[in-house]
Amino acid sequence: MISDKVKLQPEVVEAVVIRFVGDSGDGMQLTGTQFSDTSAMFGNDIATFPNYPSEIRAPQGSLYGVSGFQVHIGSVEVSTPGDNLDLLVAMNPAGLKTNLHALKPGHTIIVDSDAFSKKNLEKAQYETNPLEDNSLENYRVIQVDMTSLTKEALKGVEGLDNKSITRSKNMFALGMVYWMYGRSRDYTIDFFKKKFKSKPHLIEANTKVLNAGYFFAETLELIPNAYTISPAKMRPGTYRIIMGNTATAWGFLAAAEKSGLELFLGSYPITPATDILHELVKHKHFGVKAFQAEDEIAGIASAIGASFAGDLAITTTSGPGLALKGEALGLAMIMELPLVVVNVQRGGPSTGLPTKTEQSDLLQAMYGRNGESPVIVIAASTPANCFQYAYEAAKLTLEHMTPVILLTDGYIANGSAPWKITSLNDLPDIKNRISKNASENCHPYDRDEATLARNWAIPGTPGLEHRIGGLEKDRITGNVSQAPENHEIMTKVRAEKIKRVQNYIPEIKPEFAEEGDLLVIGWGGTYGSLHSAVKQINEEGHKNIGLAHFNYINPLPKNTEELLKKFKKIIVCELNNGQFAKILKINFNGFEFLQFNKIQGLPFGNNELIEEFKKLVE
Amino acid sequence: MEAITEQKYTFKDFTSDQEVRWCPGCDDYVILRSMQKALPEMGVKREDVVFISGIGCSSRFPYYMNTYGMHTIHGRAPGIASGVKLANPNLSVWVMTGDGDSMAIGGNHFIHVLRRNIDLNIVLFNNEIYGLTKGQFSPTSLVGQKTKSSPYGNTQPPFIPGELALGAGARFFGRIGGNVPKEITQMMIDAHKFKGTSLIEVLQNCVIFNDGCFSNITDKDVKEDKQIFLEHGKPMIFGKNRDKGLVLNKLKLEVVTIGENGITQEDLLVHDAKEKDPTLHQMLVRLEYPVATGIIRSFDDVTFEEREDALTKQVKANSKFKKTDDLFFSGETYTVK
Repeated sequence: MISDKVKLQPEVVEAVVIRFVGDSGDGMQLTGTQFSDTSAMFGNDIATFPNYPSEIRAPQGSLYGVSGFQVHIGSVEVSTPGDNLDLLVAMNPAGLKTNLHALKPGHTIIVDSDAFSKKNLEKAQYETNPLEDNSLENYRVIQVDMTSLTKEALKGVEGLDNKSITRSKNMFALGMVYWMYGRSRDYTIDFFKKKFKSKPHLIEANTKVLNAGYFFAETLELIPNAYTISPAKMRPGTYRIIMGNTATAWGFLAAAEKSGLELFLGSYPITPATDILHELVKHKHFGVKAFQAEDEIAGIASAIGASFAGDLAITTTSGPGLALKGEALGLAMIMELPLVVVNVQRGGPSTGLPTKTEQSDLLQAMYGRNGESPVIVIAASTPANCFQYAYEAAKLTLEHMTPVILLTDGYIANGSAPWKITSLNDLPDIKNRISKNASENCHPYDRDEATLARNWAIPGTPGLEHRIGGLEKDRITGNVSQAPENHEIMTKVRAEKIKRVQNYIPEIKPEFAEEGDLLVIGWGGTYGSLHSAVKQINEEGHKNIGLAHFNYINPLPKNTEELLKKFKKIIVCELNNGQFAKILKINFNGFEFLQFNKIQGLPFGNNELIEEFKKLVE
Repeated sequence: MEAITEQKYTFKDFTSDQEVRWCPGCDDYVILRSMQKALPEMGVKREDVVFISGIGCSSRFPYYMNTYGMHTIHGRAPGIASGVKLANPNLSVWVMTGDGDSMAIGGNHFIHVLRRNIDLNIVLFNNEIYGLTKGQFSPTSLVGQKTKSSPYGNTQPPFIPGELALGAGARFFGRIGGNVPKEITQMMIDAHKFKGTSLIEVLQNCVIFNDGCFSNITDKDVKEDKQIFLEHGKPMIFGKNRDKGLVLNKLKLEVVTIGENGITQEDLLVHDAKEKDPTLHQMLVRLEYPVATGIIRSFDDVTFEEREDALTKQVKANSKFKKTDDLFFSGETYTVK
């Protein structure tokens, strides 16, 4: 049934945003992934945003148990999962209620009307049925008895219980959306064939339901409000769809191979970082040693041990885990060993919002250790460039002999996007500082003149036996020293070593405007949101707004102050209460840093950013 | 002809140039010298030896050894040592720890390292007190013990390290007094030879804060009567006159005298350190009289590295991925022209 109160005037647009919502057991993540992968294969640029509750199976039909997957597909460059929806697919009343606000007026809702039972309506706290009370009259509502139609489609398929029949209704919805957007079903049917290799009846069942949905939409001639057909103009190359966490894991694989070292991961499961562990444990064929330790501390401790023994060592975690690793990180820092700590940030403090995104561990990364203990801090900014920055983190830690914290966040870690595959040959060299031979006058804390990095003498090398530890050490011999002047010198040397990393990282280059009225500053995972907002506002005629997005936080790029001087106003946008703004204030006097902060466990919306920026330039 | 000269070390080769800073008369000196004497007997190259410690008096140990070493943070040495060993299984890795370091702040790592059975050696200096922080009760201090943090007597019942270790799955556990360098040296050599995690508990006197804590067990004039030194395959016999022994009476170990009530040496239990079932080993570590010393348990089992290594070989043999590029360009990719 289609309500035709809204007149449909389909238009071809550059990009559309679709959101699939339902119970956390309804398979919305799978549905969304299939649609985005299929679109990417078709040649669209895509950006995705899975949003799910922290409960594995929240009570059915409840408002807090709604799981959603949003995908933005475009014939142009797409840098965020999008703000306002062109299509909402709601598998139950709770999903409709919690997501309707994001749908553009006049646009389409597909609902499974079978799920709008009295019980489900009550659970979603609807007093009257929204499908009957005219509350949706500003939208185009397509009511489909999806559960019944799925059952009908599966009549005669043997070996299916009621539960698996009902659960495959997500494929009916997917089939409908495939027809609406002119997508092929082949990728998903191939997926069934692989996934259910040993269960042919499930291949048959899922394919039947997918087809049923597809033909149902065809019969009704369900045309979307807006659609995009042409592939995006992307740089030539070979692409694949990659999730941020996978890209992070692969960046380290590449760095290990390039540096000629074995990769060691010491880790403890924590949302949303665990997928990096899941990925790396698979790669024993590259000699990866992925060690699931008894806790966060043992995770980093084992990595420190592996680093001492000559592996490229990393540990992965999220905010609460970084807090637990703090003391050990200080140890790695004073011992001047290479180590990468990946913090996939989530909402805090404490357990906070484990499945939601936030950028609130920045100050913890900068200062969350006892004593004067600076480390290199860098941040990835898109799902795909998690690869690049994981690689860069490994390169920096090995070449500068000091720990690196790599910040990503739940949003880019779980989001996926096309990645132009980088071959190992195209990556910069990594020179490790392992000492091969003993020489007369070698000491553990001899340093490279330019970088101040010490040499890496690993066990098994005759003549280089030495002891290091958490106690302050003599600046030459590395022996324990409590001498007052020596401690001050060592403290300053360790700080200077981080500062000199500035000479090895790129300068910050603003986008859209080199100088002008407003400089929008961001860092880390908000790049997509800020980029599309500043781009749009420029296209609307405000040519004097620039975007400076930081991937290097400690140290900051050399030319940062110079850049700040070129703009009349500066606004720092972050998903926290102003942590990067604080860092900029400490470093650069004489500037007013305006702030735009959002602390809702969600990424920035396009409109809220544009509105804010316009206020500042009009 | 190729000349192969095998380097024979002496204890001096393992002595670092650092001044040893323990209190005069501390058993730690005995343990240090025992180790420096044990290493030349192990047939291991000096550059392949790594000492890892946490925090506490015992944890200063690595500085005094002319090998690779790391003096790390409180309680975490087992985790760090695990990483060292997994990164390079060729190394002989030693964890030097105390009762507070291993069983209080590091308790979690202590039980898990024993459970996994990585081929590491742990030497536990048990002096039933915190030394470096100057005299607080530790997880092995006795109930009633007066310390700086228990002026009216300790109210926390202690761990028996061997009981905890066997409960956590330890495959090798030895206990030895801190005043018998020869036996300590031999036990270190045996621990080194053992494949898997080995744990040596040294009953170590702290001359400053808990002086005499083991004197009723380890002093020369009482040790033969108060200790039973266990050796694999030999009867459980002890006493100055070698006339006492252990038998099993229902579910308890009982001390008997040879020659009394018709008891002969044949009736005594024979020590089987290699038995998989730790029940009898558990009874032995809990025994208050006599106190069991020697290698109480030495059960040969598959190590963590062996399991990992077998899996890695299998995965490598069956994998189509030799280089990261093989992985990156595999599966669902598409080309934009």
